[in-house]
Amino acid sequence: MNQNEVTLIRERFREKMNSDQLQNCMRCGYCLPHCPTFIISGGKETSSPRGRIALMRAVANGELEPDAEFEKIINECLGCLACESVCPSGVKYMELLEDARDIICQTRQYSAPVKLARKVIFKGLFKKQKNMDLFIGALNIYQKSGLRFIARNTGIMKLFPSSLVATEKVLPEVGSYKAIKNRPVRLPAEGEKLAKVGFFKGCLMDTMFITENNKTLKLLQKAGCEIEIPGGQACCAAIHGHSGEKDDAKDMAKLNIVAFENMDVDYIITNAGGCGAYLMEYDILFQHDPQWHDRAKKFVSKIKDISKILVELKFHERFKLKLPNQVMTYQDSCHLRNVMKTFNEPRELLKSIEGVTYVEQKNAHTCCGSAGTYSILHADVSMQILDAKMKNVLDTKATTIVTANPGCLLQMRVGIEREGLAKEMNKNGIKHMLSPIFLISSPHLLVRVCNLTILFV
Amino acid sequence: MLSKDIQEKFIAIVGKDNFECSNMERAAYSFDSSPLQPVLPAAVVAPRNTAEVSEIVKLCNKHLIPIVSRGSGTNLAGGTRPTEDAIVLIFRNMNSVVELDEENLTITVQPGVITSDIHTIVEAKGLFYPPDPSSMKMSMIGGNIVENAGGLRGLKYGVTGDYVMGLEVVLPNGEIIKTGGKLAKDVAGYNLTQLMVGSEGTLGVVTEAILKLIPKPETKKTMIALFPDLNSAAQTVSDIIANKIIPVTLEFLDKATLKVVEDYAKVGLPTDCEALLLIEQDGPASIVERDINKIAEICKAANAMDIKIAANDQEADKLATARRSALSALARLAPTTLLEDATVPRSEIANMVRAINEVAAKYNVQICTFGHAGDGNLHPTCPTDIRNKEEYHRAESAFAELFEVAVKLGGTITGEHGVGIMKQSFLHLKVGHAGIEAMKAIKLALDPNNIMNPGKIFDVTKTEVSV
Ligand SMILES: Cc1cc2nc3c(=O)[nH]c(=O)nc-3n(C[C@H](O)[C@H](O)[C@H](O)COP(=O)(O)OP(=O)(O)OC[C@H]3O[C@@H](n4cnc5c(N)ncnc54)[C@H](O)[C@@H]3O)c2cc1C
Ligand code: SF4
Ligand code: SF4
Repeated sequence: MNQNEVTLIRERFREKMNSDQLQNCMRCGYCLPHCPTFIISGGKETSSPRGRIALMRAVANGELEPDAEFEKIINECLGCLACESVCPSGVKYMELLEDARDIICQTRQYSAPVKLARKVIFKGLFKKQKNMDLFIGALNIYQKSGLRFIARNTGIMKLFPSSLVATEKVLPEVGSYKAIKNRPVRLPAEGEKLAKVGFFKGCLMDTMFITENNKTLKLLQKAGCEIEIPGGQACCAAIHGHSGEKDDAKDMAKLNIVAFENMDVDYIITNAGGCGAYLMEYDILFQHDPQWHDRAKKFVSKIKDISKILVELKFHERFKLKLPNQVMTYQDSCHLRNVMKTFNEPRELLKSIEGVTYVEQKNAHTCCGSAGTYSILHADVSMQILDAKMKNVLDTKATTIVTANPGCLLQMRVGIEREGLAKEMNKNGIKHMLSPIFLISSPHLLVRVCNLTILFV
Repeated sequence: MLSKDIQEKFIAIVGKDNFECSNMERAAYSFDSSPLQPVLPAAVVAPRNTAEVSEIVKLCNKHLIPIVSRGSGTNLAGGTRPTEDAIVLIFRNMNSVVELDEENLTITVQPGVITSDIHTIVEAKGLFYPPDPSSMKMSMIGGNIVENAGGLRGLKYGVTGDYVMGLEVVLPNGEIIKTGGKLAKDVAGYNLTQLMVGSEGTLGVVTEAILKLIPKPETKKTMIALFPDLNSAAQTVSDIIANKIIPVTLEFLDKATLKVVEDYAKVGLPTDCEALLLIEQDGPASIVERDINKIAEICKAANAMDIKIAANDQEADKLATARRSALSALARLAPTTLLEDATVPRSEIANMVRAINEVAAKYNVQICTFGHAGDGNLHPTCPTDIRNKEEYHRAESAFAELFEVAVKLGGTITGEHGVGIMKQSFLHLKVGHAGIEAMKAIKLALDPNNIMNPGKIFDVTKTEVSV
């Protein structure tokens, strides 16, 4: 960090950081035992929410000079918001974190390769759905063409960080570009219509996880929802907001608000905790923009996770859900839990399935270490957190882990790979019984159950 | 800043992973939970064992480097805030349970063990460690001991000091001493164990502690009683005790506190009453039943609007947890939370509550009150903004007057949070100038170079004058 950047960051902290929020932290430490990075660090205050807030405050007050270590400390936060959800004082940590990251990123003159990578990811891929579609299409070709086989077996992947390699292995088999494009914009309810909902597609969800998205839609229809899938939707922009690209985030948020604005729907349904939570914070994103703030508020008030609407519509009581006998456990998506406050519903759904023995894992509510791009940028910490998590998972003896966000899903698969379980399972030829992780919010699981129900009723 | 040479010496003792002096590390240990302005220490040192602590202390004593020991930094009186020339001593590497002795009913712990972890460990064996400060999920036992922390169960079971049987302490000259032990009786000389209890880190570093355990009570029952005015709630507290019932917990929350706690915890606390008492009794089922019924009668006689008994342990825990969040939840109301813990004899609780309201009106500040009413220990809390000088000053004046009232009622300026920095100018009200001089004599005898948390409780470099 050069002197110019230091001065600018300092000035911008003073101007832009919400000093009431910084002051609001009374440093009670309630959040400490809930913070995964604090725990992994063995109790270092620089890895704690209280410490991070104190440093932000000191920089904003001009008492502390920001430096490379400051940047690292801010970036090492998972953004899981376990701290915010337990803070009795109601400190808006996410807002502080995003503002801090935005200031740092927008001020830093990153080296050329870092700049390029950021540009490709934030402006090229996630900001333009078409590019994302093409990228996913290419991934499909990569997976299908045998290129993957070559990549995996020539050792070329060794050149990449281990977490990335692991992630590459666990990516789902993606759909083709064509399949992504062919979908109606309106779907009727099956049976009696109980609600009218809009569906937020999500960029990764509608490409890499298109199967899940399609099944979510089926499930909603079965539950009695008429669905509108408006065009013009963009990525939720969580990845931009969390990584210090706030202006881009606002651009995309506007597109989403507009897409659903004139639509007469009761709810806007999401099926990925990370996206849903970010959509829910659009009002904070526009809090200083009177023109957009009210529109954002209206949008936010309609956001609901699929598991919640299924429970509200008593889907699990009206249909008999059944699966082959198995033990299941659930891994909370931090953002679904801490921001959308949805954690009972997924559990309730799972427990209602005949044949499923639900076992709660210890600390199911703590972050798995995926945290968006975190698992790639901070591989070491991420893997330490994951290993601790896998221990708890294995203790449950579950053969199926259920989670509610694509990032968590990939991360848990990495966990299974790391534990060497995947191979084991393949060898035993019971791959699909032992290892699959389902998204509860887009459950092939529940859809399969549904199908079974239809078969047996 | 420490010279390179001294830095090397610290590193030689604790290793380079356990010595930090970057700006960020120093800033992260520059504060405690009091509203005082942070001060960056010179370095942060994390010893791995008692021998290392001893070497660090010797080095500091030789070079006159102040030492501020730090648990989790939840001190509310500024006692953990360092000075620029000080090193902060942290115990993240000294956080083990050394021994759980089921024959002598003791647990031996290092200072970095988190208070509530002790509860979990001993309760799994059917044992009980009663002290439970509201900060127990984050505070460390070392911090509890030298602050003599109280808690929600203090009324029946006493405070931390009542459970400290023995200590290992590194004195300011670096000598390691062991005080007390697993002994029911011990009169071999001065009671140094209890001298260290409540010493706020000014007399030495606690490196190990033997704590007393008792059998875990068989059952417990929790209830809440709602009152239409503060007076009847406060009167009920005195009535219960006058009726020769000692509940485990007898906590008081006023309306403003209830509201923020419910906002946060969402446990269904009523917010349409002026005051609430949270009452808990434990012991054999029949006695608990009898006491709870009797307490309910007393509450009703004292004008309680409603009484609810928790259906089960989970519900009871939720209520207690909600109560523990009160202080931090009050921080929702304003950027700065100024709180006190003046304590009066139990019989004076109603008078104290009245005085708090009068003082609040007089200085035109909002004061929310909650606290361990059964102990006579209230926490009048003022939501304010330290950046608003005029208002903050009024709040400080209001509290100054409250200290005087408390002492006049036969009470003290601090029941459990300690004197630290914030309450120094009021210490004479309670112990007198001669009392302070006596304390200074002890301090200087043990710590002639004034390296142990200097400037806390009192300033030894200044003479007390009676005015
Ligand atoms: C939300 C909240 C609720 C609270 N509730 C209560 C309550 O109900 N009852 C109560 O009594 N207090 C309460 N407190 C105050 C505080 O939690 C206690 O004083 C607690 O004992 C401090 O523990 P700590 O580990 O944070 O110590 P710190 O704040 O880190 O240190 C406290 C003091 O001990 C010294 N010290 C720490 N470790 C050692 C050691 N090993 N050797 C020598 N000196 C040492 C420090 O120098 C300092 O002077 C509360 C605080 C907060 C923020
Ligand atoms: S963020 Fe909240 S819980 Fe954490 S120290 Fe600050 S006030 Fe306490
Ligand atoms: S968001 Fe998660 S990782 Fe970051 S400070 Fe809060 S609890 Fe810790």
